[in-house]
Amino acid sequence: MNRFSKENGGFVFNTLNTAFMVLFSVVMLYPFWNTIAVSFNEAVDTIRGGITLFPRKFTLQNYKLVFATGSIPHAFMVSVARTSLNVVTNIFFTAMIAYVLSRQNFVFRKSFTFIIVISMYINAGLIPNYFLMKNLHLLNSFWVYVIPTMVNAFNFLIVRTFLRGIPESFIESVRMDGGGDFTIFLKIILPLSTPALATVGLFVAVGAWNSWFDTLIYASGRVNLHTLQYKLMEFLQSSQAQSRGAGDIGAMGMSDVSNMVTPVSIRAAITVIAAAPIIIVYPFVQRYFVIGMNLGGVKE
Amino acid sequence: MISQRQLLIMSVPIILYIILFSYVPLWGWTMSFQNFRPAKSFFAQEWVGLKWFKFMFSDPVFLRTVRNTVMMSLINTTLGFISAIGFALLLNEIRSVPFKRITQTISYLPHFLSWVIVTGLVSTMLSVEDGAVNNLLITLQIIKEPILWLSEPKYFWGIVGATYVWKELGWNTIIYLAAIAGIDPTLYEAAEIDGCGRWKKMYHITLPSIKPTIIILLIMSVGHILDAGFEMQYLLRNGLVQDVSDTIDIYMLMFGLQRSNYSLATAAGLFKNVVNISLIFAANEIAKRAGEERLI
Repeated sequence: MNRFSKENGGFVFNTLNTAFMVLFSVVMLYPFWNTIAVSFNEAVDTIRGGITLFPRKFTLQNYKLVFATGSIPHAFMVSVARTSLNVVTNIFFTAMIAYVLSRQNFVFRKSFTFIIVISMYINAGLIPNYFLMKNLHLLNSFWVYVIPTMVNAFNFLIVRTFLRGIPESFIESVRMDGGGDFTIFLKIILPLSTPALATVGLFVAVGAWNSWFDTLIYASGRVNLHTLQYKLMEFLQSSQAQSRGAGDIGAMGMSDVSNMVTPVSIRAAITVIAAAPIIIVYPFVQRYFVIGMNLGGVKE
Repeated sequence: MISQRQLLIMSVPIILYIILFSYVPLWGWTMSFQNFRPAKSFFAQEWVGLKWFKFMFSDPVFLRTVRNTVMMSLINTTLGFISAIGFALLLNEIRSVPFKRITQTISYLPHFLSWVIVTGLVSTMLSVEDGAVNNLLITLQIIKEPILWLSEPKYFWGIVGATYVWKELGWNTIIYLAAIAGIDPTLYEAAEIDGCGRWKKMYHITLPSIKPTIIILLIMSVGHILDAGFEMQYLLRNGLVQDVSDTIDIYMLMFGLQRSNYSLATAAGLFKNVVNISLIFAANEIAKRAGEERLI
């Protein structure tokens, strides 16, 4: 009797819990799903309201106009360029310093590690960093996206933790053949630590793709250095202040009604473009993020 | 030493690079004790002692940003903890492995979207014209007229808290799920034999088992009380809500880069840093006393 009632209670709980999880997933996905629907719907029709899960009058016009402006495709390329360079430099230098500091007999192992770890906790702040970039002549230069972010202390910890698992005998075998540490790094360490480097690369890629604040403070003065996220930010800020008009793209209405665009539709299209790379690769790579999260948690 | 030449060649430039980008700018903190003028050399700057700090602590605008920062940080941390622990416990009760995995994957998707995109989605959802939240509330007859969510100061902290939870809930849950996965299953079996139901097992086994994780994360979050996040507030704010939306970071940006009062902005940054670092060390000390592993 007791057993029966308990399982009955379990049934009610399980049903409610499952229902909650479904509702939760809807809340997580709906805002984005809705934006995709709006981005594929005719702009004038969208104003009537009521677009929820699917476009009512399907069109590619919003995307065509976004790509026709020139500034968005250019910003997309700036984002791609900085993201790839960030990933390559970060993986290479982070792996290199992690290898050196994983050598137990290296003379400066402790002090160099200390310098890197402490750098995670200190940050000079907005203004001192601004003047550093200024003094290094990096302001309004593409290299301000690349040079200041080549090594990351958190990623260093992830890779170093991973390197501890590589058997010393592999390294010794190269040394026997007369290979130096740099050869070992290129021939053994880089290929063998692919899982950890993939994780680090993904973290860096997401961060680089999503960043807009460095554009705001270091490179807003040059339009051709604006990244896609920065463009989207500008557009959102200007379309929120409706009174100031719709911004450069939104004002580009055309005579034919079905070709007209509105800030709402353009905004949806740019949002989808800015999120697309992440959404597309996400299902395939998300397990690496979780691995990285757990590796990073293992400190010292 | 000779045998380590290559190791030195590989590491010294990187260490110098880290010193240049992380430690050298600390020198810039001297600006907060000067009437800093960018055109002048360091030796020609006028030293003003604690002038900017005195100004700051008597400036109602700055004090308001401190209040906003602390309040939003407390709200986000509290909501973040409760939602992540609750969600981890509930997700752990889902029996179907594929369903559990899909739900979890969906839950941390927003973590990887930029704040620009997320705040854009939030303002679309909260819009007065055809926004999903207003539409839903009107359909359910909870309200009659759409609410101007982002223009009313009284809603701002709540919106920031909800946005934070929406974006980071799934990601914050990972660490708890890992801790739950590490619990010895025989504990549950023993509890079942003693006649414990689902809630009792959750309360007497799962929660106590993840308690160390919760405590460590709570102590760590103390060190970030002045980091309420910057992007959320900067992107969601507007002139109507600036009294409650502006954080210390926004104050620094406004005075520093937009009004070129570099000394004042540096002073605000230094204040934030000193508080942060002291809190991190204090938290580390508390963790040690509490018998938990060291954080730093």
